[in-house]
Amino acid sequence: MATIPVDELKIIQQFGPHLAWMAGERLSTSVEPEKLVKTHCCFCGQQCGIQLKVRDNEVIGFEPWEDFPFNRGMLCPKGVKRYLQGSHPDRLTSALRRDPTAPGGFAPMAYTEAIAKVAAEIQRIQSTHGNSAIAMLSGASLTTEKTYLNGKFARVCLKTPYIDYNGRLCMVSAGAANKKAFGIDRTTNPWSDMIGTDVIWVAGSNVAECSPITTNYIWQARELGAKVIVQDPRITPIARTCDLFLPVKPGRDAAVFAGVLNLMIENGWIDRPFIEQHTVGFEQVAEYCKQWTAAKTAEVSGVPERSLRQAAEWWGKANSSFLLHARGIEHHSNGVQNALGTINLVLASGRIGRPKSGYGTITGQANGQGGREHGQKCDQLPGWRDIANPEHRKYIASVWKVDEKDIPGPGVDAYELFRKIDAGEIKGLISMCFNPKVSLPDNNFITRALEKLEFYVAIDFFLNDTARHADFVLPGSLQEEDEGVVAQVEGRVIKINKAVDCPGEARPDWVIVQDIARALNRPHGFTFNSPREIFEELRIASKGGVADYSGITYEKIEKRFGVFWPCPSHDYKTGEPAPDHPGTPRLFEPGSYNPVAKGAGPFYFADGKARFNVADYRVPIDDISEEYPFFLTTGRVVSQFLSGTQTRRIGPLVDQYPEPRIEVHPRLAEKLGIKDGDWTTAETRRGTITLKAMVVTTIRPDTIFIPYHWAGKKSANQLTVAAQDPISKIPQYKVCGCRVRKADAPPDYVGKLEAQQ
Amino acid sequence: MKPEHLHFFIDPNRCIGCQACVQACSECDTHRGTSMIHLEYVERSSSVQTVPVVCMHCEQPTCAEVCPADAIKRTGDGVVQSARKPRCIACGNCVVACPFGVPELYEDKQIMMKCDMCYDRATAGKKPMCATVCPSQALFFGTREQIEQLRPMSMPTNQFRFGNQTITTRVNMMVPRSGAQRPLVNVTDAMDEKPRARTVSLPVAGGGAADPFAEVEV
Repeated sequence: MATIPVDELKIIQQFGPHLAWMAGERLSTSVEPEKLVKTHCCFCGQQCGIQLKVRDNEVIGFEPWEDFPFNRGMLCPKGVKRYLQGSHPDRLTSALRRDPTAPGGFAPMAYTEAIAKVAAEIQRIQSTHGNSAIAMLSGASLTTEKTYLNGKFARVCLKTPYIDYNGRLCMVSAGAANKKAFGIDRTTNPWSDMIGTDVIWVAGSNVAECSPITTNYIWQARELGAKVIVQDPRITPIARTCDLFLPVKPGRDAAVFAGVLNLMIENGWIDRPFIEQHTVGFEQVAEYCKQWTAAKTAEVSGVPERSLRQAAEWWGKANSSFLLHARGIEHHSNGVQNALGTINLVLASGRIGRPKSGYGTITGQANGQGGREHGQKCDQLPGWRDIANPEHRKYIASVWKVDEKDIPGPGVDAYELFRKIDAGEIKGLISMCFNPKVSLPDNNFITRALEKLEFYVAIDFFLNDTARHADFVLPGSLQEEDEGVVAQVEGRVIKINKAVDCPGEARPDWVIVQDIARALNRPHGFTFNSPREIFEELRIASKGGVADYSGITYEKIEKRFGVFWPCPSHDYKTGEPAPDHPGTPRLFEPGSYNPVAKGAGPFYFADGKARFNVADYRVPIDDISEEYPFFLTTGRVVSQFLSGTQTRRIGPLVDQYPEPRIEVHPRLAEKLGIKDGDWTTAETRRGTITLKAMVVTTIRPDTIFIPYHWAGKKSANQLTVAAQDPISKIPQYKVCGCRVRKADAPPDYVGKLEAQQ
Repeated sequence: MKPEHLHFFIDPNRCIGCQACVQACSECDTHRGTSMIHLEYVERSSSVQTVPVVCMHCEQPTCAEVCPADAIKRTGDGVVQSARKPRCIACGNCVVACPFGVPELYEDKQIMMKCDMCYDRATAGKKPMCATVCPSQALFFGTREQIEQLRPMSMPTNQFRFGNQTITTRVNMMVPRSGAQRPLVNVTDAMDEKPRARTVSLPVAGGGAADPFAEVEV
């Protein structure tokens, strides 16, 4: 029974989000920390190195970690204030059960009793409706050990195909494109390779706000002569000083890539020898691009011809280059095609696999890279293996010591999982590190689906917006309360170190998962005593896969400031043990040997060649129309992170940008009679939102922007469309048609809710 | 004592407005909870340009000159300190007089506080907190050789003219060299088929743009 137990205001009153500020020992100027723990930020995919100051089992502050090579002490405001999530008044320190008579609708209960009840409910649902009636949602902010364990737990313990993760809203378009083009899914070069490059093309990435440290790399490259091209409907801070701005209409990115490639081909600005030696499929792509004349591309994309020509010339004639993209081109029902469009530009230039020349997607979450490698995706097994591949299944079955036939087949993506809940096929849900009520599109549907669940258990450290629907809540761990590895944006595997113990009855998430397995009387494979033990099994499970971690150890990570995978335990060519394998900072170098191509070439296909793929432009689903004449696009602000479960509880970050606003160009604002600060209503076919307007010249006049970190009536995802990419299943967050008008009245939460609530 | 060869450089052109400096300043051991940095949008309605303001640490600090209580001291190594508690009478003269708008009066504490270039950190061989964390290195702390190598497109200046007053500061401001590109502020300019000129020239006193220590008229 997953309806919320009491009025939402009462839940908020009890469980927050409330704000934490510096207080007590954290404010004192004289208190010295007992220790400094070298670890990484808990938020985005940059994974900046940071030292946490610890005293009395509390993180009391931070000290920059200047030796860590990626960020050398640099941090964004989230990293600076991240420590305030610890010792937080909203922290869950005991298990909870739904109880409409309790304050806030949830009553504390003993942890062991909660585990027994959860196991009993899982057993009841599975014996009545079958194993597949239970589903699990996991996340890419978890350590790789946890993502590995969750994938194994779903398949081996729960015996359900239905597990997926919140990277479905993040990395899957890039992942699918990388798989199709390169046969491996990772950024190709370390970021330090950017310094000294000729051109950097940033497609759909608000770098300065979503991955602030990358700004320094791009701008340092620019100081040394690199031209910076930014493709975005908004002038974000990285675009302010760019050399060429491509003001693309939301949803038209594939057209830009095809048009630019066509100009490059027409002008002979492509690397024919590279294309012939190292790729297949160019001719079909060239044929497709022919229709994308500069005039047609300009008309469709909103980017003027002069800028398309300039982009083609700079990109085409460069000697070295970097192409970076992020959710701006990936969050589309055409997301995989968009990413493939960028890869086509890279392959046609021949500039990959060498110093100063690379390609990559900028990961969103802490473990946006590692979280998509080891089996929590619905179609995946550890080591970036395929759950439908008989060989892969056989190998993992041997590691897990189970019968291959007992491993379920592919499941469904996270959104489809909710459709199955809605259809009554899935009756029970376990979630960890996922807040779909805020983060999934058309989230009024998500609420309706949640209400249909017979049973829902959430594992989390705060009662997030989705967990308000839970029957039981198990108190999990904050990042600083556990250890394990993550892979950051460059593909560098790094180590999260434990700073403090879990408070009260809270447990590391992997302990909770194993406790459930034990209570279900299915402990086989869930008797790990530490994250290190899980990692040791993961090394074996990943061995021989494309994402090969077999040569990585916690000690090697510490010694080398991270290890770039693939890092095999045995030399691929000779089969000899390679305990000192340094990892692979740069992919696809000439003459490099990989276990798929076996020397045939640098790319991860049997012939060693990269693939061109026709990157088809398709009109977005629910595009602008007479009825809904403006584009709605969504994204992030620098002081908040994803669904805000953590950052909406940190006072100084909330102060920085308290509530979402609707960005509108003055030309549109004037037409609609809206002034800066006016309550403004945006409406799509799915929902309505009323927020204050922010009138700025830095957005296209036909587009409005709303950041998505807030919940309830402030949630941008009430409006977004649940259209998904047919391959990656990523939702189309970045475009849909909407109407905008001056609001009739302020929203009714004004005066009742604090900014962050 | 702050190491002599290390200098503070502000490069507003690199500012992304993220406020990491503001947030980190409040975490510094000696000013826990209070940030001494001002970071503002120049005009958000028409640009995302922001400017971080730390104390410029003037050679002849106007704030100290106008202080009736002699509460503001400049250390031997050129760092202008916050007002000294026993002396400060919270009159606000310094707040009004500083041409850079740096000092701030804290009514609750009855004292003026401002950036002290993280004196405790600098004397312990560390960089100021803000310049350490700044993710785009708009705030940079290092040697002149480093900044010259890292920022060939701009040059440091530490002389500023306000009317008849010329001020020399310890902190350097990075100014674009001639021919620098005007930043993009309105999307519609980029949508037009005809481009707008984007070259900007600054009136740099003393003539030679090649001279990294030329004065700049503000």
